[in-house]
Amino acid sequence: MSLLPDLRLTAALATAKGTYRATQLLGRSGGTAIPGLVAERVDPLLIGKLAARLPEGAIVVAGTNGKTTTARMLAEILTAAGKSVLNNGAGSNLSRGIATAFARQSSLLGWPGADIAVIETDEGAFPGVVAAVRPRVIVLNNLFRDQLDRYGELNSVAAKWKIALSRLGPGTSLVFDADDPTLCALADAAPAGTSLVPFGLGPHAYTLPELTHAADAVLCTKCGAPLEYHALSVGHLGDWYCPTGDNARPPLAFAATNIRLLGMEGATFTVSHEAARPFDITTRVPGLYNIYNALGASVTAVTLGVTSEIVAGALRTFVAPFGRIERVALHGRRLTLALIKNPTGANEVLRLVTSATPAPLLLCINDLIADGRDVSWLWDTDFEMLADYPAPISVSGIRAFDMAVRLKYAGVPEERISVVPTIADALVAVAEQASPDSDAYVLPTYTAMLAAREALHTLGALRDVWATAERR
Amino acid sequence: MTNYSLRITWLYPRLMNIYGDRGNVRALEQRCRWRGIAADIARVGIGDELTAGETDIYFFGGGQDREQVAVAADLRGPTGEAIRRDMAADVVALTVCGGYQLFGHYYRPYETEDLPGIGIFDAWSDAGPDRFIGNVLSETEWGTLVGFENHSGRTFLGEGTRPFGRVVVGHGNNGQDGTEGAMTRNAFGCYLHGSLLPKNPAFADHLIGLALRRKYGPDAMLLPLDDTMEGEAHAAAAHRAKQTR
Repeated sequence: MSLLPDLRLTAALATAKGTYRATQLLGRSGGTAIPGLVAERVDPLLIGKLAARLPEGAIVVAGTNGKTTTARMLAEILTAAGKSVLNNGAGSNLSRGIATAFARQSSLLGWPGADIAVIETDEGAFPGVVAAVRPRVIVLNNLFRDQLDRYGELNSVAAKWKIALSRLGPGTSLVFDADDPTLCALADAAPAGTSLVPFGLGPHAYTLPELTHAADAVLCTKCGAPLEYHALSVGHLGDWYCPTGDNARPPLAFAATNIRLLGMEGATFTVSHEAARPFDITTRVPGLYNIYNALGASVTAVTLGVTSEIVAGALRTFVAPFGRIERVALHGRRLTLALIKNPTGANEVLRLVTSATPAPLLLCINDLIADGRDVSWLWDTDFEMLADYPAPISVSGIRAFDMAVRLKYAGVPEERISVVPTIADALVAVAEQASPDSDAYVLPTYTAMLAAREALHTLGALRDVWATAERR
Repeated sequence: MTNYSLRITWLYPRLMNIYGDRGNVRALEQRCRWRGIAADIARVGIGDELTAGETDIYFFGGGQDREQVAVAADLRGPTGEAIRRDMAADVVALTVCGGYQLFGHYYRPYETEDLPGIGIFDAWSDAGPDRFIGNVLSETEWGTLVGFENHSGRTFLGEGTRPFGRVVVGHGNNGQDGTEGAMTRNAFGCYLHGSLLPKNPAFADHLIGLALRRKYGPDAMLLPLDDTMEGEAHAAAAHRAKQTR
């Protein structure tokens, strides 16, 4: 490493910092993308150069569902362990968002200003980010069908990941959800010298009776036969095996056992390890899918040498990031916001909503680029779960009527569906449908969630549009 | 009133299940049910037995490339033969994207060998260099249909098959000749996801009407339904199509 300042890097960082201040002064949306975009124009190697200077290296978190929650959990655990952590938040998980996060925190001379980085990346950006960052640990959550118009089909995403993983340097740890057969096949492609850490769920009481319509990756990656499950947990995730006997979920290095879901309030489970003492986790982040996130973060932290006490302590106080099960007070009612963006994630949110205390429900559907232009995914999601929903349902957003039609064909009586096109009006209406001090649920797509947060900010319910609403 | 009933056969629902195409089956089923027409859904997967003469409406949706290879192989067996016999007997069919391609002569990928189709449509598809992705408006005999295309295959029609529609917005079959989809006898093919039928209820009813008249004679009638909500969704989708492409 040269001791001379890297002039190109310094120029890029100065540009990024200047652009960031400008976006803040203009009050533009968070400024998470543009500074990194211009900085990478000046120095395309920016991310790699800064990552190489992190004393404890970088961790890359990827997957279709839960990567933001997992990355934030991990960042909080590492912070609790006394480390200074660089984390790209607020869903800015493309290369430019990651460059912005690095540029903001580092000095002009190119010192990253953190001990360790926890980098969340988008599925499409993953290969490029891994090549640039050369992470110490990679955490893979799952691969589900998501926004086909943006990412292409699942198989093509998996093929690109496989190439990226085949180029990992020796000693890299690959922490992956072994309940996902696709990820197991990818882990097989990692070179010798990669440390494989498979995790998954132990036996539990919340299994699905059969594969949902939206389930992906149902064929054996070795022989093509349809896979079967000893226990099915979320989407196509579970204790899987091929009936021809050539393939099955590998033995788990870490398993979540004693799983108990506490409705919308959270969950508890035990992290069981083949060699070490088991430890208990309590989290306020609800739903079976969040057990995977909390487990993935715990396993990664333990792999990095963090004690189980620190892991459990950090997760006990963890608050879900930005619209992923977020609680906001409006007009004396508790609104719970839960992002929906693809069939499997939305199915899990619907499972959660229909198992919690019934409350007025608002679905906000947009079709901007960040949501995916194609709203076909609404038809792969099992809104049939709402056919007998005992509380009022309303719809909003640019594609409010698509959502209304989807509910009608799911069996919700037409007269029980109200359409309120403007998201701000819909939020007020759903709050007023709830009695004082009780709940209402809001399920928005990504940009609808941003619009909802803007509206809640205007209504005085949210102080900062871009920060998580809750304080511990 | 006669007790009408229709059998809807859903081809390869587990493998050809992406892009929300199951909304078409849901739309046929509900629009029958709301009129008191019994609709039963038969799901036919790889290796399952399909008997010709039992189906009133086929639905065949889109899938990923890997799944499409397995389906094409299965169609070379008795299932493909049964479908061909039903199509010659004017059974109604709606095919979308991958299903549409396999109802043609073949799909030709870039590197691997051709996937043979069952040749209902005089049509063939070649892999293109990029994907056509976005909202579509297609002008048809049943009005302007709204949908969403996402395909790399370029489909070309021979003389024995008419285009289903003409694109007003979007690329359609091949991005060159302005055609969208294909139709032969009572079989229809297109690249329209969305799902297609829920937001285009007049065409959904055309398929149900064709199937009823084929089974119960020319006097079989469809009661009207209140499609206000579907009409609003159609209008919103048409508006977005013009805004986004």
